[in-house]
Amino acid sequence: MNLLKNLALSDTGFVFNPATGDSFSVNPIGLDILKLLKNGKSENEIRKSLLDAYQTDKETVEKDLYDFFKMLEQLKLTEQ
Amino acid sequence: MTKRNITVGVTGLNNIDSPGPGIPVIRGLKESKHFNCRIIGLSYDAMEPGIYMHEVVDKTYQIPLPSAGQQSLLTRLEYIHQQEKLDVIIPNFDAELYNFIKLQDTLKSMGISTFLPTLEQFEERHKSALPAFGEKYGIKVPKSRMINSMAEIHSLAYEFGYPLVVKGKFYDASVAYSPDQAMAYFNKISGKWGLPIIIQQYTPGTEVNLTGLGDGKGKLTGAVPMRKTYITDKGKAWAGVTLEDRELMKIAEKMVAGNKWRGGFELEMIRTDRNEYYLIEINPRFPAWVHLATGSGQNHPEALVRMALGEDINPYKRYEVGKMFVRYSWDQIVDLKEFENISTFGEL
Repeated sequence: MNLLKNLALSDTGFVFNPATGDSFSVNPIGLDILKLLKNGKSENEIRKSLLDAYQTDKETVEKDLYDFFKMLEQLKLTEQ
Repeated sequence: MTKRNITVGVTGLNNIDSPGPGIPVIRGLKESKHFNCRIIGLSYDAMEPGIYMHEVVDKTYQIPLPSAGQQSLLTRLEYIHQQEKLDVIIPNFDAELYNFIKLQDTLKSMGISTFLPTLEQFEERHKSALPAFGEKYGIKVPKSRMINSMAEIHSLAYEFGYPLVVKGKFYDASVAYSPDQAMAYFNKISGKWGLPIIIQQYTPGTEVNLTGLGDGKGKLTGAVPMRKTYITDKGKAWAGVTLEDRELMKIAEKMVAGNKWRGGFELEMIRTDRNEYYLIEINPRFPAWVHLATGSGQNHPEALVRMALGEDINPYKRYEVGKMFVRYSWDQIVDLKEFENISTFGEL
């Protein structure tokens, strides 16, 4: 999955899409995921990074990441 | 840099809930790096808030309504020019532009510069002529038709389907979802602005707008795209944010290269989910949100005045994306004496 190239991410979790003017807020975990995506990490690398960084299990990461990615697609924050 | 002292006449002081562009234009001029501007407000109604905003408007004169004709306007401007020695006038209402365009050579001979579209440019972008305009300059336009009677709504509704957009010839537009609504809007809008009414096919998508300035030779001197982020019940922007929208910039460049637009303008477009752009309106003057352009790095009012005074200027290349404007309302306390002066003597 690729994030929109020009998507602006702030360390506060504020996200701005300059093409549409839409803005969003994400929590620290969401911001981590967006930053990893922005740095070109694969979905597997992101899963591993989350499992290393947070006390959670593989299934929870899998499910939450799936939901988060779907939401990014629905909000048109990704590109092919 | 030494700033040049100039006097600029500006209309559109109606800084109300459906604001005119006058005050935002003046704010750009007041922030100019090239000019110290004395601002002469030109008003139509004693209740235009700008008349009483003495921190931005130095003096105001009432001028006759556009319906009074060119001669009446010229006589009044001659008087104002005698008092104030105007260097430039910036008209900001669609309805007054015809008279100012017709008078621009006379005004020039008096020493007053303007920077207006030609009559042909002004006429061909009328709402009623928009489909032909789109075809001529390769810009997609929703189907639309001009009508003079309510009876014509039914046949157009059959062709366009509901919802459809009912528009006035100068201002106002409402989306009608049924024949009853379409007829009600026809009556309401024609009662206010007269006939014809324009019926336009509804195009679903996001409205994006662009404020621009053409140099009259085919170059876009400046352009800033914006999306409204808060809209009033009159459909006016109460807040907005600048966008990075290369496609919209290309459309503006294409239009200005094609018709050699001279002066300020606003493109109102719909961007569909498939990233197609449909032109819904071209306003032949700056929009009321033009101060967002100034705030994001492109002072279009200043650039217009420089071109009106014969300067060649380099087009703006950049603006800040993600710059917002948020309007507010403000109760001014006005002495009755001031209202008396503008109402009785036509000057304040």
